[in-house]
Amino acid sequence: MKFPYSFPLTRSFCLYLGQVVLLTGETFTSIFAGRIRWRLVVNQIVEIGFGSQAVVIITGIFTGAVFTAQIFFQFNALNMSSAVGPVVSIALCRELGPVLTGLMVAGRVGAAMSAEIGTMKVTEQIDALRALAVNPVDYLVVPRAVAMMVSMPLLVGECIFFALTASYYVATQILNVNSVFFLQHMWFYTHSRDMVMALSKGFVFALIVVFVGCQQGLTTSNGAVGVGRSTTEAVVISSLTILMINFFLTMGLNIIFPAGGKF
Amino acid sequence: MSVSHVHCSQGNLIEVRDLRQTLSGQEILRGVNLDIPKGQTMVLLGRSGGGKSVFLRHLIGLMRPLSGSIRIEGEEIAQLEERELEPVRRKIGMLFQDGALFDSMTVFENVAFPLRERGERSEKIIRDKVARSLELVSLMGQEKKMPVNLSGGMRKRASLARAIISEPSCILYDEPTAGLDPIVSDTINRLIRRLQSQLNVTSVVVTHDMISTNHIADRVSLLREGKIHFVGSLKELHASTDPVITDFIEGRSHEID
Repeated sequence: MKFPYSFPLTRSFCLYLGQVVLLTGETFTSIFAGRIRWRLVVNQIVEIGFGSQAVVIITGIFTGAVFTAQIFFQFNALNMSSAVGPVVSIALCRELGPVLTGLMVAGRVGAAMSAEIGTMKVTEQIDALRALAVNPVDYLVVPRAVAMMVSMPLLVGECIFFALTASYYVATQILNVNSVFFLQHMWFYTHSRDMVMALSKGFVFALIVVFVGCQQGLTTSNGAVGVGRSTTEAVVISSLTILMINFFLTMGLNIIFPAGGKF
Repeated sequence: MSVSHVHCSQGNLIEVRDLRQTLSGQEILRGVNLDIPKGQTMVLLGRSGGGKSVFLRHLIGLMRPLSGSIRIEGEEIAQLEERELEPVRRKIGMLFQDGALFDSMTVFENVAFPLRERGERSEKIIRDKVARSLELVSLMGQEKKMPVNLSGGMRKRASLARAIISEPSCILYDEPTAGLDPIVSDTINRLIRRLQSQLNVTSVVVTHDMISTNHIADRVSLLREGKIHFVGSLKELHASTDPVITDFIEGRSHEID
């Protein structure tokens, strides 16, 4: 039994994973027990959901535009420019929309959560909460988790919408793709299950960002240096986790919502 | 009646037995035994880094001891879970060393926080109680300020107002006068005295400030090398001929220049 413990990296990874899982469990227990402070949830939705819109919209517009251009350059050589619409649309729904939104939100929101909770930790504000008989998970993590679970699928949807709008504009106005073909094919090959996949991924990425960010914040030590470190780690860990989990989500969700076909 | 009640002797609010704690492999508390009588101010003296604050944090369950027992009004709290500690914590207020005010809220919101969290919805009651609490610490008219705009002494007083608003039966003070000028320190000392006489609270004050100790203490204890070296009244402290105590009172280090 000594084997896994003889590797410090394995040990610290298992320890970290265990802490995140415990925090997730505690948060969902509180949510199902109804210990939700709705006023704080609304504040967080404004902060996370409303505040992230500019970032997500700009990401969507330029990803949609550049992806459309690249696909067009390749497909046009094969005389398949009418396939640009569906390819862009499916790629955005199934992969690019949720992943890029996840990464942008990890950078913006995950970092902020970790920094704010981390600063509260090193200035004894979390201990003050506990001393005032307020559970820090209920007060700090639950509202952020609920707000993220609500906001993230909406942000993914918004990102995809603006990406497709930009794609339509670039394809039809700049690259002279026939707009009827573009829309007709896009509509025909994009199914509601592609959208469901996007939103499901968004939901999972929300959980990753919120629990990694809050866990980093709650375990911050060593003053200002510690806050900086945990903020950086929150962004790096949640971004990498999003990219890795995305692969498994794609493989898993493809069984439930298979790509291709038509209905 | 629970077993713990049988063991609790009358007159003590807090009873600590054989409390041990280790931090980063270093033994900080090596079997602390201390009784804190109801309605009195107990000052815990000791050198910086000697484990005084660590001891204080155990009394409100912010740290869980390695071994030993802590009884508050007869209830054993040493091994309670975080949520089980909440009723105990409602009876105790704590003043942190730097105040630990919530920096995203105004002074008013900070002081009103415990009331709102305990389900008080009436804005009028909240306003009245906050005003009374701020008046007790002489901080009227500062309600709208953010903690970052307050001086060190004001932050401590605002924090004290937050700690007393829910009328605890015991207040724990972590270095209440550290880093304050002598005049502000005197204000804080008077405040601790006033709160004890007006609200009849039990106070536990961790400090190494002898002026403050002389001003506020009913009983004094000295923590040395992780154990209680001395417990007694202020008079007994000053009458002691124990070199450890006299060195501490007179501030002698015995180092050769």
